[in-house]
Amino acid sequence: MADDISDEMIEYVGILAKLELSEEEKRTAKRDMGRMLDYVELLNELDTTGIEPVPQVFPVCNVFREDVLEDSGKLGKSAETAVREDILANAPEQKDGAFVVPRTIG
Amino acid sequence: MNLLNLTAVELGKKIRAGEVTSMDAVRQVFERIKARESSVHAYVTLDEEGAFRRAEQVQRQIEAGELTGPLAGVPAALKDNLCTRGMRTSCGSRILENFVPFYTAEAVCRLEAAGAVILGKTNMDEFAMGSTTETSAFGATRNPWNLEHVPGGSSGGSCAAVAAGECFYALGSDTGGSIRQPSAFCGVTGLKPTYGTVSRYGLVAYGSSLDQIGPVAKDVADCAAVLEAIASYDRKDSTSIKREDTDFTGALIDDVRGMRIGVPADYFGDGLNKEVKAAIFAALEVLQAKGAVVEEFDLPLMKYAVPAYYIIASAEASSNLARFDGVKYGFRAKEYDGLHDMYKKSRSQGFGPEVKRRLMLGSFVLSSGYYDAYYQKALKTKALIKEAFEQAFARYDLIAAPAAPFTAPKLGESLKDPLQMYLGDVYTVSANLAGLPALSVPCGVDSEGLPIGMQLIGGHFQEKKLLRAGFSYQQSRRYQGPEASADEAGKERSAYE
Repeated sequence: MADDISDEMIEYVGILAKLELSEEEKRTAKRDMGRMLDYVELLNELDTTGIEPVPQVFPVCNVFREDVLEDSGKLGKSAETAVREDILANAPEQKDGAFVVPRTIG
Repeated sequence: MNLLNLTAVELGKKIRAGEVTSMDAVRQVFERIKARESSVHAYVTLDEEGAFRRAEQVQRQIEAGELTGPLAGVPAALKDNLCTRGMRTSCGSRILENFVPFYTAEAVCRLEAAGAVILGKTNMDEFAMGSTTETSAFGATRNPWNLEHVPGGSSGGSCAAVAAGECFYALGSDTGGSIRQPSAFCGVTGLKPTYGTVSRYGLVAYGSSLDQIGPVAKDVADCAAVLEAIASYDRKDSTSIKREDTDFTGALIDDVRGMRIGVPADYFGDGLNKEVKAAIFAALEVLQAKGAVVEEFDLPLMKYAVPAYYIIASAEASSNLARFDGVKYGFRAKEYDGLHDMYKKSRSQGFGPEVKRRLMLGSFVLSSGYYDAYYQKALKTKALIKEAFEQAFARYDLIAAPAAPFTAPKLGESLKDPLQMYLGDVYTVSANLAGLPALSVPCGVDSEGLPIGMQLIGGHFQEKKLLRAGFSYQQSRRYQGPEASADEAGKERSAYE
């Protein structure tokens, strides 16, 4: 498997992971991923025919609730304003109650 | 009175009896922190002022009879991946260096309701990815037993803080052994509960199907008290389980007569350090002498657990960590060209090498064309491992295992070879894959004086059996910290200063 990891593959995985790797990091990634994939090949020894994959240990299903603020009492101010301020407080850049991102359309 | 050698429950008792106050305990613990922190570096954030304010408040509530639980007024530390309103939560990562949550994790809320006084946030491997606490962006934590060695990881800060007397107990999180292995390396007791027992709401996710919050403390009795406080059904965590049997302190009974303990032959074969093996066998003899039935048996599939674990954990991490994009919170790169470049540069500058390594692997195993061969295969392996444990627990109450194949490695050794480091998780990852509860109890030291831990694994929801066995074992082994050697080291240092 390690030999199968091409430079193109590392580029592609970098795109999927949204990472910009330096040339040095790409070389390391190629080596590390190759070794890791060689190692996990071990699983191919196991016959898993007919085995159902288990994503969760216990059967679970979504838990739904109404889309309403539940914390409002604790916050003092108007709940919606307070939550908005709290959320925006961590934003690297904010303006007029919204997150600022680079221009996406020309 | 020196309070620092007391367990959390012992201290709580003294506070409730009016012999000492919560403020006394906070004062002593901060004195210890000031003396030890420059060498141990267990914390990334400390809140001395807040802790004193909180201690005064809790003390009043105790005196008014409003707080009566065993942990009321006892100072505690939190792993830095547990969200705390108003207190930075960094996950040991540059990308969350300035992140101050506006809500508190459910487990922490529960602890606060029980009267906990939070001292600060403990160091950890970045996003809990690592086995040594060396991948933290804030520098490594050192093992209080020997400062040249790692404390283990990823909850290394929590375990080192308990061992150094820099808190009375701590919360950690365990995705593949991150409570049990550092507990073993630091000579403290740590418990990973059954998946779903403690709400993950407010725990920054790594591998969501594996993550579980649990206690790190001086002994099993403390772990039981903390678990009793934090276990809860929470609809804010869709994998939370409704349990009726959360009166864990009731399981602290010194009686293992007739308890059946299975010892997997493969777990004690090649690759296990001889001193670790001898210490665990000696511990099992103690339990046997108390009436437990200890029996060797074959537990299959051991060598497949680590590969399955790393595929699943990395896959889930690559999905969970997609949220760190420099928009809503966390680090944003200074220079970039457009939105996508901003995402990429922020993430590339914000994440460290181990996180990047796992994000790459996770993205690969989930990618089209490889999903079935790797990710699905790992989930099927997980099914087989779960099944193997279920069969074992039809015959045994508990399974005994090492917590790690060796004692704490030296700083700087493990990260040279990531794959070798991953293999060190061989005894712990299965409990996460199968969702089982598991306990690590100290059972001696090696010839270098480094602690050894015995792991006990239970069937689903069988924490009480773990606690009972651990409690029985600890009747003849009261907690011993590294204080004696630490004090000597302190004297040596001050002689040079």
